[in-house]
Amino acid sequence: MEELDELYQEVILDHYRNSRNNTPLPSPDIEYDGFNPFCGDEVVLQLKLADGAVKQAGFHGQGCSISQASASMMTDLLKGKTLEEAIALSEVFRRMMSGQEPSEEELEMIGDLEALKGVCKFPVRIKCALLPWAALEDGITEYRSQA
Amino acid sequence: MFDVAKIRQDFPILSKTVYGKPLVYLDNAATSQKPRQVIQALVDYYEGYNSNVHRGVHALSMEATQRYEEARQKIADFIGAGSSEAVIFVRNTTEAINLVAGTWAVANLKTGDEILTTEMEHHSNLVPWQKLAKEKGIVLRFVPVTDQGTLDISNLDSLLNERTRLVAFNHMSNVLGTINPVDELTRAARAKGALVLLDGAQSVPHMPVNVQELDCDFMAFSGHKMMGPTGIGVLYVKPSIMDQMEPFLRGGEMVKQVWLEDATWNDLPMKFEAGTPNIADTIALGAAVDYLQALDMSQVRQHETQITAYALESFRELKEDLEMYGPEDLNIRGGIVSFYAHDVHPHDLGTMLDREGIAIRAGHHCAMPLVRDRLGKAATARASFYVYNTEEEVDQLVEALKQALRFFKGRAT
Repeated sequence: MEELDELYQEVILDHYRNSRNNTPLPSPDIEYDGFNPFCGDEVVLQLKLADGAVKQAGFHGQGCSISQASASMMTDLLKGKTLEEAIALSEVFRRMMSGQEPSEEELEMIGDLEALKGVCKFPVRIKCALLPWAALEDGITEYRSQA
Repeated sequence: MFDVAKIRQDFPILSKTVYGKPLVYLDNAATSQKPRQVIQALVDYYEGYNSNVHRGVHALSMEATQRYEEARQKIADFIGAGSSEAVIFVRNTTEAINLVAGTWAVANLKTGDEILTTEMEHHSNLVPWQKLAKEKGIVLRFVPVTDQGTLDISNLDSLLNERTRLVAFNHMSNVLGTINPVDELTRAARAKGALVLLDGAQSVPHMPVNVQELDCDFMAFSGHKMMGPTGIGVLYVKPSIMDQMEPFLRGGEMVKQVWLEDATWNDLPMKFEAGTPNIADTIALGAAVDYLQALDMSQVRQHETQITAYALESFRELKEDLEMYGPEDLNIRGGIVSFYAHDVHPHDLGTMLDREGIAIRAGHHCAMPLVRDRLGKAATARASFYVYNTEEEVDQLVEALKQALRFFKGRAT
């Protein structure tokens, strides 16, 4: 059960049960429907921008504790970040999911997200943790291509 | 006598441990485990007489051809097809249904014609018809699902009419375990002159099935869910209908004579088996059928009914925590138990049970319209049983489920 305790840390269950930013935003600048066809998990990510930075971040959808907690923590962290910073954050998170130990500086960047580190010991669940991040990356790509 | 302990000894994988715990395999609706006899049939073919079938004049090819066609006969006998010519080998249920959609349906259905299917289909018996609907202007209608998880056939009259050409539905739901009323649906279809396609993927492995008694025109099923290898499936077609059907794939094996500009087709059913077939897996599926015949399908059904009854009874003590799906009447219920734990998402539950060595499935079970729109869940958890499962394994499932509930409820509130 040790690995399970590591996977389901208190902070993850808290973000799952009491998700932050879990309300639809009216007229978002970026909206992307992240969907995992294998399991049916969904994270609809919405961002409102001001002066090139994220002013508000929200998500809604349904899924397992890992995907929803990941979205909750992610949206918390995105506020105030520029799109470049958001992408940099996504890269750090992806590296952690691939099993790389985050540096001191990166740990500072990711905050609560460190709790998801245990997910990389459960390969089939990594895609759950990455679902909101894929939506973020695809949403930004779509936004930029339209701009 | 049905001796589960003895049966278990035939399945090498069942002595495996997962994370140090004995494997409890409850994902049989996705794929079944294979007995030694099936695995040995594959080895025997590759070591003893590997060669291409039909037309070969050498000893190995003659033996391979004989075993391949013997397998066809075994399967025909197993489903009461009457003639081995009625059995077409395909990869799986999905391919079998695509064959019907791509040949019979394309040739016989016109704009405005209708296909009646149900809200509880696997995607394999839905998406091929959607393609026809879009490309040919075919109208799709759906038999609704009741809150008890059965088909609501009270309004069949309004769903069927003279334009209905096909009624396509599953014999047993892979999500709910519901055994559907083939007689009523078939009678209603016949009254309108429609043909009947049965998706037997969940029924053929688990209960006696006789296609002639069921009076269906098409029946599709997969070998890997009935102890056979992956990559081999069956489409039964009533011979009078098969005779009228154009080939599905074209090339080697399926022809009689070929000229530069034209060709004629091979005899039934080879006309529908283009290219070198899946010889080894077909022969091994024959071995799986031998194994099931020896067990006796009514005994298989009885064993699974007992296990399901035991599971439903055991789950009752958790009824505050669980939403259960599927009919309670075991006469119309196969060995599939889908449920949703209010406090533990199915994927989290799947991961937690996995660490106890228990394999279940979590997800939409390739039936999104049923699970998402009718049950209102993005995913459910599903335990599904077979001949080798025991009441002790159900106890282990329930125990691990309680543990997961305690873990999530205790820590999350």
